Amino acid sequence: MRTILPFGPQHPVLPEPIHLKLVVEEEKVVEALPNLGYVHRGLEKLTDIRDYNQMVNIVERVCGICSCIHALNFCEAVEEMMKIEVPQRAHFLRVMWSEIHRIHSHLLWLGLFADGFGFESLFMQLWRIRERSMDLMEATAGNRVVISTNIVGGVRKDITEEQKTWILAEIDKIEAEVRQVEKTLLSDYTVKSRCCGKGVLTKEQAHQLGAVGPCLRGSGWAQDARMTGYAAYGQLDFEPVVEHDGDSYARCVVRFREVYTSCDLVRQALAKLPGGELAAKFKAKPEGEVWRRVEQPRGELFYYIKGNGSKFLERVRIRTPTFANIPPLLAMLPGCDLADVPVIVLSIDPCISCTER
Amino acid sequence: MLANEQAVTVDTLIPECQTRFDAGLRLVGISAVEIKTDSTFDVLYHFDKDLQVSHLRLNVPKADAVPSISGVYFAALLAENEIKDQFGVNFQNIVIDFGCTLYLEPEVVKSPFCTFTFAKKDKVKEEA
Amino acid sequence: MSMLKDWINKGRLKSPWVVHFDCGSCNGCDIEVLACLTPVYDVERFGILNIGDPKHADVLLVTGTVNHRNKHVLKNIYDQMPEPKAVIAMGACGLTGGVFREAYNVVGGVDKVIPVDVYVRGCPPKPEAIIDGVVLALEKVKAKLEAAG
Ligand code: SF4
Repeated sequence: MRTILPFGPQHPVLPEPIHLKLVVEEEKVVEALPNLGYVHRGLEKLTDIRDYNQMVNIVERVCGICSCIHALNFCEAVEEMMKIEVPQRAHFLRVMWSEIHRIHSHLLWLGLFADGFGFESLFMQLWRIRERSMDLMEATAGNRVVISTNIVGGVRKDITEEQKTWILAEIDKIEAEVRQVEKTLLSDYTVKSRCCGKGVLTKEQAHQLGAVGPCLRGSGWAQDARMTGYAAYGQLDFEPVVEHDGDSYARCVVRFREVYTSCDLVRQALAKLPGGELAAKFKAKPEGEVWRRVEQPRGELFYYIKGNGSKFLERVRIRTPTFANIPPLLAMLPGCDLADVPVIVLSIDPCISCTER
Repeated sequence: MLANEQAVTVDTLIPECQTRFDAGLRLVGISAVEIKTDSTFDVLYHFDKDLQVSHLRLNVPKADAVPSISGVYFAALLAENEIKDQFGVNFQNIVIDFGCTLYLEPEVVKSPFCTFTFAKKDKVKEEA
Repeated sequence: MSMLKDWINKGRLKSPWVVHFDCGSCNGCDIEVLACLTPVYDVERFGILNIGDPKHADVLLVTGTVNHRNKHVLKNIYDQMPEPKAVIAMGACGLTGGVFREAYNVVGGVDKVIPVDVYVRGCPPKPEAIIDGVVLALEKVKAKLEAAG
């Protein structure tokens, strides 16, 4: 007996509207078809009426959760096109904000994941820890979520010595508190029974289907765009986190351990923070074609930008991580139990507003 | 012109992709750009292996059909559907074809990213 | 009968149930709504509860811009809610379309589709502002109840 079940667009475990058509045979999923478009705004087209400086604010709002990193990638691409030399201090500050953003995003996801399988008190705990990173952003940039610190040529805000000490202290607290929940999340029997072996993506599949980020690393590939050394990452010690099982649990572990890497990177960036200018002055118009990629909490983010010598860019193409992770999701779902669908969908960390822009 | 780029035609596209697939390259994404001066599209395919990125560039006149590579790279399906929506590039045989309604409601019949509406017009005709 | 009704109405105002619908927002607003539920802001101490089913809700909280596809969903959710109800539009996007107002697939603010009672500004609004908005919406619900007798 085949039944078609709709999943979404408004579903309690999904904060965002995505619609999956699940073809179910008894309790097993046979096929899943995505149905998108509930969040599509068409912001790539706004290049016609917004110049490249204004576009920074627009690409930040592709996704509120990783806004800072979108802006970072866009600025780096435009800088490459206009051959702007960005001051070193700006590079290190960009790393700091990106990593704070990553901490907040991973804790957010870990919380939602816990909520997804019904562990509400863990959700509350993780989000309580996350508020520290929100405070860090509010104190250094002035807004909690969309921080708008990157501009073409450098950064807009500076941090003082006092703030530096305070940030380091907060990062220590975040790390200590995350360590406290590690045992609950990673070795609990019920958690394991909900995630282990669910939604398996083999090593070959992950690569062939173009998975990125924790989905790729959870399947045994040591690939992280931070290894290419953009911004100041080339000057910091960095090891990608890799797991080999390829199931929901592996992806969860990757994200969990990346919180520690991020804490470490913030410390390194602040220790090496050089003095100097915040932003470079320039007089140029974007011309030519560039591509650029960075690592977002959800995976690799790819921009292709074409300029035509005026201040309006001709084309901005944004390939977001979730966009790349949906085909792997479609391959993971067939064969799983209907009850596991929410956990598997959540395990790729879907960000629909990224996907549809 | 991007570094590491290779031009392909409609006929060599699928074989080129197949070689890349067999060599273990990962499809990063597909971008389309409208070339306003000679009314063509550029379709760019981005690949990655061991953090090295390479590209394929396909230049086609607006009305021409483009073969879908989703038979080789399943991951291409969303990107191709999206480009079909936004530009009206006429991709043929996509594994799951949303027929220009991936993002847009059926009542919108103009491709928003350029003035050309090939793929959609076809659909409208069929319905009429 | 009227005593029971009074009693129910009193309960409604003391513990408003909120249904949150993401209508094409950038997530910035959504995570702030969720942040309201967590220990630091903890709206549950005011009896505010976030639920998934519009049929149980008193207040509809909408984030983000309306586009051609989700306007039907939004209307549908609004129609399912029982009277009296209040609608809160949140964030620059929900108010007018925000930075996306000129994009091709954007219809505009929430009030283009359903009547809005409370507007919460900001991009994204702070959790404190959201809580304020819900409290304000309650007053609207109260006024509607009184008007209905
Ligand atoms: S108001 Fe700002 S934060 Fe909220 S959805 Fe719109 S762009 Fe995002």
